[in-house]
Amino acid sequence: MNIHEYQAKEILKSYGVTIQEGIVADTPEKAKDAAKELNASTGTQWFVIKAQIHAGGRGKGIINETGSNGVVLAKSLDDVAPKAKNILGGVLVTHQTGPEGKKVNKVLIAQDVYYPGESEPKEFYLSILLDRGTGQNVIMASTEGGMDIETVAEKTPEKIIKEWIDPKVGLQGFQARKVAFALGLDGEAFKQMVKFIFSLYKAFEGTDASLFEINPVLKTSDNKILAVDAKVNLDDNALYRHKNLAELRDLSEEDPLEVEAGQAGLNYVKLDGNVGCMVNGAGLAMATMDMIKLSGGEPANFLDVGGGANAETVEAGFRIILKDPNVKAILINIFGGIVRCDRVASGVVEAYKKIGTIHVPIIVRLQGTNAEEGARIIEESGLKVTSAILLKDAAEKVKQVLA
Amino acid sequence: MSVLVNKNSKIVVQGFTGTEGTFHASQMIEYGSPVVGGVTPGKGGQQHLGLPVFNTVKDAVDSTGADTSIIFVPPAFAADAIMEAADAGIKVIITITEGIPVKDMMQAKPYAKARGAQLIGPNCPGVITPGEAKVGIMPGFIFKKGNIGIVSKSGTLTYEAADQVVKAGLGISTAIGIGGDPIIGTSTKEAVQMLMNDPETEAIVMIGEIGGQYEAEAAHWIREQGNPKPVVGFIAGQTAPKGKRMGHAGAIIGGKDDTAEAKMRIMGECGIHVAKSPADIGETLAKALA
Repeated sequence: MNIHEYQAKEILKSYGVTIQEGIVADTPEKAKDAAKELNASTGTQWFVIKAQIHAGGRGKGIINETGSNGVVLAKSLDDVAPKAKNILGGVLVTHQTGPEGKKVNKVLIAQDVYYPGESEPKEFYLSILLDRGTGQNVIMASTEGGMDIETVAEKTPEKIIKEWIDPKVGLQGFQARKVAFALGLDGEAFKQMVKFIFSLYKAFEGTDASLFEINPVLKTSDNKILAVDAKVNLDDNALYRHKNLAELRDLSEEDPLEVEAGQAGLNYVKLDGNVGCMVNGAGLAMATMDMIKLSGGEPANFLDVGGGANAETVEAGFRIILKDPNVKAILINIFGGIVRCDRVASGVVEAYKKIGTIHVPIIVRLQGTNAEEGARIIEESGLKVTSAILLKDAAEKVKQVLA
Repeated sequence: MSVLVNKNSKIVVQGFTGTEGTFHASQMIEYGSPVVGGVTPGKGGQQHLGLPVFNTVKDAVDSTGADTSIIFVPPAFAADAIMEAADAGIKVIITITEGIPVKDMMQAKPYAKARGAQLIGPNCPGVITPGEAKVGIMPGFIFKKGNIGIVSKSGTLTYEAADQVVKAGLGISTAIGIGGDPIIGTSTKEAVQMLMNDPETEAIVMIGEIGGQYEAEAAHWIREQGNPKPVVGFIAGQTAPKGKRMGHAGAIIGGKDDTAEAKMRIMGECGIHVAKSPADIGETLAKALA
């Protein structure tokens, strides 16, 4: 699960991670109030207004309606409301949102932390994530703060520091020191960074996170270490033991069809193609999408109906797929093992009749237990449904309906 | 021969009396798998499906000599069940449970390994040696006995592959479902290694998907060994977009190396016969063996 920057920073702060302070607001007036409060609590004279969406690249992103960037600086209190107004309610397009962009419902009003002082402010990159190869968490750090880590990895891989954490003993002091030294820090800033890394790792463990990306981490001119941005992904499988975190889910950031599918117990991901599909099992679902592409179509979705491919789940699947106007055909691919093909076939016929007329061709491929019986039920239903048993035949039939 | 499970295995079912455990244990028994009993804490001393129920895996091992376990307990308790099995001396632990938190697996995997147990899964269909032992949730009848080993991250796609192998006139030595989670007990490479060392296995079908480096690692190992047996590979997710999780917790493209395209290219470079379409797995195998 993804959460917003302002939510992520609140969590980090509760674990003792030092952050760029901020207050979230959903109207220009509240943005100004937030700025006043921030001025009182931190003394900041300038304010950073940051659009809260689940995507990166906000600073360079553009609000469709106003042309404003997704992150802007207000150099006075009076400047806050009009600048927030240019962002709130607008659609922000960044290199990560795709051309359709994302609507901005909230802005974070944050303190200015790049103030001048005894030393130059310096930005770093810090992340914690699972390394699947070792089955351990790894801390990644780089002196190239503010830059996309993939670009750093490609151009200057030697600038990425990695430190693996043994799950048996957790993060050790020497590891945090190694990272802080490798970032070129000394004195007070070094001490603060070690503390920062420890608090951050504690937060990672404590929240069952799957990714923390703090980019940039800032060393301020007075040698504080602050999280200026925070990207946090949480392990969905662990949310049952973090009820407070589960509540942070923002459904408005998710595709409404995907949310609806989830409620029906289906695993659905919307794609841009013209052939819808409904499959049992995630691997077979992906393979079916690939086959659609090889047959000359483009998959319109990923849809895993799971173990129970019955009339209700098939009907829910049909309804969700048919809401996508780009869908020109639907391929149902069920490999019946425990679930019998004749039962699935009856479910398909029942669901079809319940929906009424479906205006796109449907290909039903049932294989496994009672496959012949399933095909017979489909053939004899009198519906405009083509059946197939072999995956090859199904691919051929997709080709035919697209031709 | 065969690998991991056979007619001499002594299987204990953890989460024996629950809905899933009961259903699949009875299917396994019906198939003829050597199930010796089950574990449900608090129900020790009872009989279930005509077999003894034990409070702990240790009790089950002590009275039945069990060496293999299959786990159906809910995600919140599954890591504990894995560690209990390993501590009791079980040698092959097959975890079917889907949805175990990553942090739990991060503890359970090294714990099992340190005690010499081979962990399979989680979030997998299990392992089957046709005609001898089905230790999983797969439909047994699809898997006809033969000499092709199967390694796969996915459930129904494994059945699809097995079905095509059988339709190509061949059969299966052992099929290993390794699971689709980010942390799994047995990697693709380890499963391939077992099948390469099995005299009964003549060729291997390796089914992967987007996410992680396991297939590339296995492919490089196969090449280093001088490609001792023909291997057919397929990777699901050629059309999956970056950054979107496709059902399995592990099926998500992170960087450019874990796309289906990159994996298929690496497999091809390592001398593996790559099927582009999932419909061509059987045909590709038949050609590789011709």
